[in-house]
Amino acid sequence: MEVNGARIVYQNDWFLLSGSVVTTWIVMAVITLLCIFLTRNLKVHATSRRQIIAEFLVKSANNLVRANMGERFSSYAPLAASVLAISVCCSLSSLLGAFPPTGDLSTTLGWALVIFTLITYWKIKSGGIGKYLKGYLDPIPVMLPINIIGEVMTPVSMAFRHYGNIASGMIISMLVYSALAGLSATVLGAIPGVAGKILSGVPIFQVGIPAILSIYFDLFSSGIQAFIFCTLMMVNIKLAAEG
Amino acid sequence: MEELSRAIVLAGSAIGAGIAMIAGLGPGIGEGYAVGKALEAIGRQPEAKSDVTSTMILGVALAETTGIYSFIIALLLVLVNPLIGRL
Repeated sequence: MEVNGARIVYQNDWFLLSGSVVTTWIVMAVITLLCIFLTRNLKVHATSRRQIIAEFLVKSANNLVRANMGERFSSYAPLAASVLAISVCCSLSSLLGAFPPTGDLSTTLGWALVIFTLITYWKIKSGGIGKYLKGYLDPIPVMLPINIIGEVMTPVSMAFRHYGNIASGMIISMLVYSALAGLSATVLGAIPGVAGKILSGVPIFQVGIPAILSIYFDLFSSGIQAFIFCTLMMVNIKLAAEG
Repeated sequence: MEELSRAIVLAGSAIGAGIAMIAGLGPGIGEGYAVGKALEAIGRQPEAKSDVTSTMILGVALAETTGIYSFIIALLLVLVNPLIGRL
């Protein structure tokens, strides 16, 4: 069994374009087109099914942000909704046979660094740069290294959590697939004669059985990890802004 | 000699990956405890079921983090074999 990362699309001496970046571009284009499609010909009173779906999505994003961050941060609803949407769609792209970009540490670490920048911005804005730097010496100056590690671990743990869940699902599915291929080769190979030889190459047990695992690892895990990533982002920004 | 030292490193990596996955115990116990408490809460207040369930799923997924860390270490040891380069 061979476990590989994302495919390399283009490479030269100083530049490397990984397949997960290309998949992310496609996902971004799909989300953008979907948004354009949903918000065309809007009316004051929703009559079309399209507008009802769009209003439902916007309303749930607003409610999620208001419940987690409060009224003050209601302008963060677009950010939360886009993080949620791109994370879910990137994870679900594995259903179409693509390498899921969230199964690549670079993608999730990139998102986590963006969020880390936002958290640091709010920390500095809420108490001033002096208070932010003094926070590293809290409660005693000896704690400086531990405070720095704690600060760095916020984006790292967010990125690892999302990446690890998706990657573990991928690898477990891969292991199950190869185990089922081996099982069907053993069982069908026991048929005597030429028929057994031909049939042992047909991985009959791979049909249907991995779908049960896929419901958990691809559908449930994708949704719940996107939700957790988004919730952690909101809670961290709120805590940073409150000082 | 080269062959032997390589084999020792590979064996050590495999054993290390296995030991790293013992950390899976912690999240298992913790998640079971969290789900049990959530079930108790639902039993006491069935009308708060949706709130309790969503909070529980969030907490369970957070508790999973340490298990995921150990899984990443095990994955690195088995698939990337970083210690081979140190020979």
